[in-house]
Amino acid sequence: MNYKLIGTIATSMLLARWKQTFVAAVGVTFGIAMFITLLSFMTGLNDLLDGLILNRTPHIRLYNEIKPNIHQPISNTAAYKHSYNFIQSVKSSNSRSEIYNSANIMQTLGKDERVIGFAPKITAQVFFNDVSISITGVVNGIDVASESNLFHFNDYIIAGSAMDISRVPNSIILGKGLADKLLTNVGDVIQVTTAMGERFPLKVVGYLQSGLQDFDKTQSYASILTAQKLLGKPSNYITDIQIKLKDINTAPLLAKEYAGLFQLDAEDIQTANSQFETGSFVRTLISYSVGITLLIVAGFGIYNILNMMIYEKMDSIAILKATGFSGRDVKLIFLLIALSIGFFGGLFGLFFGYILSAIIDQISFNTAALPTIKTYPINYNPVFYLIGSTFSLITTYLSGWFPAQKASKIDPVIIIRGK
Amino acid sequence: MNNIILEARNINKDFYDPVTFRVLTDVSFSINKGDFVSLTGKSGCGKSTLLYILSTMDSDFEGELLIDNEPVSNKKEAQLAQIRNEKIGFVFQFHYLLNEFSVIKNVMLPGLKLNKYEEKEVEHRAMEKLTMLGIGHLALKKAHQVSGGEKQRIAIARALINDPYIIMGDEPTGNLDKKNSELVYDIFKKLSDEYNQTLLIVTHDQHFAERTHRIIEMEDGKIIH
Repeated sequence: MNYKLIGTIATSMLLARWKQTFVAAVGVTFGIAMFITLLSFMTGLNDLLDGLILNRTPHIRLYNEIKPNIHQPISNTAAYKHSYNFIQSVKSSNSRSEIYNSANIMQTLGKDERVIGFAPKITAQVFFNDVSISITGVVNGIDVASESNLFHFNDYIIAGSAMDISRVPNSIILGKGLADKLLTNVGDVIQVTTAMGERFPLKVVGYLQSGLQDFDKTQSYASILTAQKLLGKPSNYITDIQIKLKDINTAPLLAKEYAGLFQLDAEDIQTANSQFETGSFVRTLISYSVGITLLIVAGFGIYNILNMMIYEKMDSIAILKATGFSGRDVKLIFLLIALSIGFFGGLFGLFFGYILSAIIDQISFNTAALPTIKTYPINYNPVFYLIGSTFSLITTYLSGWFPAQKASKIDPVIIIRGK
Repeated sequence: MNNIILEARNINKDFYDPVTFRVLTDVSFSINKGDFVSLTGKSGCGKSTLLYILSTMDSDFEGELLIDNEPVSNKKEAQLAQIRNEKIGFVFQFHYLLNEFSVIKNVMLPGLKLNKYEEKEVEHRAMEKLTMLGIGHLALKKAHQVSGGEKQRIAIARALINDPYIIMGDEPTGNLDKKNSELVYDIFKKLSDEYNQTLLIVTHDQHFAERTHRIIEMEDGKIIH
């Protein structure tokens, strides 16, 4: 088999009618470019929406729920230990919301390979006092470094710097809504009253805008140390541990495991945000159905063009066969033509797809919900490029294969006599 | 020594569309090496059909066909292609050059396919054939840039490239004016006389047929003369 000759013939046929070749290749290019652009854009938007929740929600949250103690005194009484006891008017015990042995738990988590990281947290209910009014709110004591690392805390700071709350003693970052109500500026000192009735001055070092207005009207952030001082608690006092996992899908299982292991309440992200799961799934489904539809439409376009191209070359097929080229040779020639169109069309498709996505990436997109996002989001996932290039080759191969198969079988006499 | 190049034994052929119709009935004849044979007959008598069977391009027939004393029935499509490539040169009524290629490349293609000689050698031989036919100066032109008569001569050069046992022509002068027809005849004559080339030409040009060594005349699917 003389592959070099086959290659020469295919190349000459491609170049001789370069306009037609060009149109065919442009058909492929257009389909692939659109596929890449659309999918990059749609999944980019999708990831943005997912990120709204995922970025700031821990995969597992460890805490002590306010609930009735499951070990009621009667169960410990020898006489009734093995009985089934009915107790009326049981009250929730609010003895301690802190996590016991938090240092040990954190050490264990640090060694767990399934965990990316964790951030301790304290939640303190307070009143913000401004002369005549007091506004209820929450001070979250956080570890800024790990909070920024794991939950993108930095991204939501619109004034000041996140690190300041760990550097400046007795400082606080206010939610934008809260800051507006208190009419404070960065650098001002505000008065806070704790649930125990103690007054505490805190210095405002920044604003935070989370995208949820109600949230911003009540929330504020301080360092763990400041929060502990605020509550008058020792330095091992922590109410929450937020965990980020390597695989988010393992969250429900691990939550159960940790709940048993640490004797705490553990809430996984799937349970906490079940509506988010559904929304995310539906959006992904939409992106992929649009992408697949686009590919199918592009595929039929490619098939049409190649089909016509090969039928136009029937004369050439007849003469090649009459002069001694076998059906297999003819088939190879046309498959090579089809694949070259697929390859180069696809290559340019990937290129233009990338360019188009990059252009969309430059279009400005400002939203109050996401202070850090300035342009439309694009997901440059290499998988799309892989799908695009594979698809262009497979479609052109198939759309070349059917007419090529027919051309290889056809008797040259039929074509010659048909003249 | 057996000098027979091509032999047909009891060839029958039917067309089935729209009704079964016998085109060729019991056709038997043989062609010796060096023969210059013309196959004549009225339109529709089956002469082109017979030629396509003899050229192995149409394999749907009954009977036996031997090329170079070798039966070709029951051979695979790829083997038949190989036979056409190596042993048969073809000239059609409508030139059938590949417009995608230059003149010389058109001539070279069957030679390259045969892959017997190096590409340089094939090119050299193609040039030789073109020069022999007086069209060496067209070698580098594109196939669609030359005139009809020139195209037919290029097609003859292409038929010659692999030194075939036999050259078959299907009305090679049918589409040409008188001057070019004469030119083509002269070429065939020269090939026959000087190179002892075997030729089988289908024609309904009586003037052409009369000047060949042997005339096979057909009527209603039978050889009558």
